[in-house]
Amino acid sequence: MNIKTFSFTKWLLIFIVYFFTAIILILPIVTVFQEALANGVDGYLNALKDEDTISAFLLTIKVSAIAVPANTLFGFLAAFTVTRFNFPGKNTILTIIDSPFAVSPVISGLIFLLIFGKQGWMSDTLEQFDIQIVFNTPGLVIATMFITLPFVARELIPLMQSQGKEEEEASLLLGANFFQTLKRVILPNVKWGLLYGIILCNARAMGEFGAVSVLSGHIRGKTNTLPLQIEMLYNEYNSVGAFTAASLLVFLSFLTLFLKLLMEKNIQKK
Amino acid sequence: MSIEIKNIHKNFGSFEALSNVNINIEHGKLVALLGPSGSGKTTLLRIIAGLETPDSGEVIFHDNNNQSSKLSNGDVGFVFQHYALFRHMNIFENVAFGLKVRPKKIRPSNKEIEEKVNSLLKLVQLENFQKRYPSELSGGQRQRVALARALAIEPKFLLLDEPFGALDAKVRKELRTWLRRLHDEIHITSVFVTHDQEEALEVSDSIVILRSGKVEQIGSPDEVYNKPKTPFVFHFLGDVNLFHGRIQEGKAIVGNMDVDSQELTGISDTTAVAYVRPYDVEIVRTKDQGIPAEIQYIHSTGRNVRVELKRLDTGTLIESVLEQEVFREMNLLPGESVFLRIKKAKVYVDDFSI
Repeated sequence: MNIKTFSFTKWLLIFIVYFFTAIILILPIVTVFQEALANGVDGYLNALKDEDTISAFLLTIKVSAIAVPANTLFGFLAAFTVTRFNFPGKNTILTIIDSPFAVSPVISGLIFLLIFGKQGWMSDTLEQFDIQIVFNTPGLVIATMFITLPFVARELIPLMQSQGKEEEEASLLLGANFFQTLKRVILPNVKWGLLYGIILCNARAMGEFGAVSVLSGHIRGKTNTLPLQIEMLYNEYNSVGAFTAASLLVFLSFLTLFLKLLMEKNIQKK
Repeated sequence: MSIEIKNIHKNFGSFEALSNVNINIEHGKLVALLGPSGSGKTTLLRIIAGLETPDSGEVIFHDNNNQSSKLSNGDVGFVFQHYALFRHMNIFENVAFGLKVRPKKIRPSNKEIEEKVNSLLKLVQLENFQKRYPSELSGGQRQRVALARALAIEPKFLLLDEPFGALDAKVRKELRTWLRRLHDEIHITSVFVTHDQEEALEVSDSIVILRSGKVEQIGSPDEVYNKPKTPFVFHFLGDVNLFHGRIQEGKAIVGNMDVDSQELTGISDTTAVAYVRPYDVEIVRTKDQGIPAEIQYIHSTGRNVRVELKRLDTGTLIESVLEQEVFREMNLLPGESVFLRIKKAKVYVDDFSI
């Protein structure tokens, strides 16, 4: 390959990258705002004032605020346990952690419906304690946790495997206790992987549709998360309302990305 | 602090890593654990450090009053083979780590920590590297940081796992003389693991030779080198030629030559193998009591000359090492027929092969 064809190839590749980014990533986002503003800014603000949309927005944040930290903790513990100890059934655990990627979200929603629902095998116990999981916030949290379980663990396991446990052993031998080792050695070493895992987990948690749809029951203003609310408004031909709600989800994604950027800067400064 | 290793057994699954290991490590000594890979030397070191637990047996630590004492965190200085420096901390923070994590009551002040770290970095000749990160240092420099970090906590003893294994030959040599000098200065009981016999012979006060999880011989470098108890030790500590022969009337007969060996008195006639170092194989031109051989290759290795020969009676290959001067005087040539004489040999009755 001579220099000239190489240069042609280079520009062709750059063009392809731009083209697909524009069509697949940027265009849809622009469309969201275009549709949301179809009736002007007033129409957009009016749609924003819709009480059900506001409650869906708050519910989405609430569900993510529970599911993401829980999965972060679980993911870290699972990664640490799997990479640092040998125990029977380790490979089985590794496969099971991945299963939410393999199972369709709708099916996982149905599984939880069968366990916790009125006809489910735990219904008697739940009724006895007057706990309602299905068609209620706990059901949404459980479904979201199930779907987003692998993200943090999957980021951390290869990372911790490649780093090995020598630094931790060094820390312990130098007299540090477990919590000092965790704070000063383990967490700083995995912070990037952890951060990336949390961002992926959060994005998926806020956008989850299938599993949540089965367990939510679509009670307006009560068990509708943003993705469910968007679908409902769209099915009612309320295009401005649907895209306005969609714009909120876009804003949440931007916020996540912004937080990531901020943290990266902070860490670099240190 | 002296270390007593008693009846240690350790299995990994069905693999026997250590079996019935007994070693006494005296206070202030620098001891080498020497053996081929898979001999269990690193496992033994990790058991001494408390990083692994033995299946049975125990490691007992005696303080200077000969009282057995419990080991607590921060008593062991451990230098890892791949250094295990904290990658996100600079050199100063790495060395200061062990002091900074101490509970408030016994933690030195920041100023004291700084002084201590500075003096240690001076000791390992890295004063100006405080602000650097481990990834910005060479292998030899990282190794010295690891050593400074281990010494910062004033450990009761020092354990080093293949401390020079990952370094190039020149740095390796420099660092091991440096380690010996350092040990002579601070006199801390130290154990280091190595598979390099030259390193063990040159640096240590005492050598423990391990083979497949068992101790083959313990002794000073001079003892294990000159009085190897087993053929394995002889083989492992340097190049060796094997001469098969017979023992008759207290003398080993190899080819048409007698080899004296004190151990042989009282042993009845049997087959035996004489182990001979290359520099104990003399090349002569006179036929008197020599083994006939033909010179095949001649390699000059700087100060010495290595001559490869083929025995004309049995066809086995023999290696001889001569000094340059002797070689020049004799003017040996490839293809020439000469005679071999054994200057010194160690004769083992049991046949042994690797």
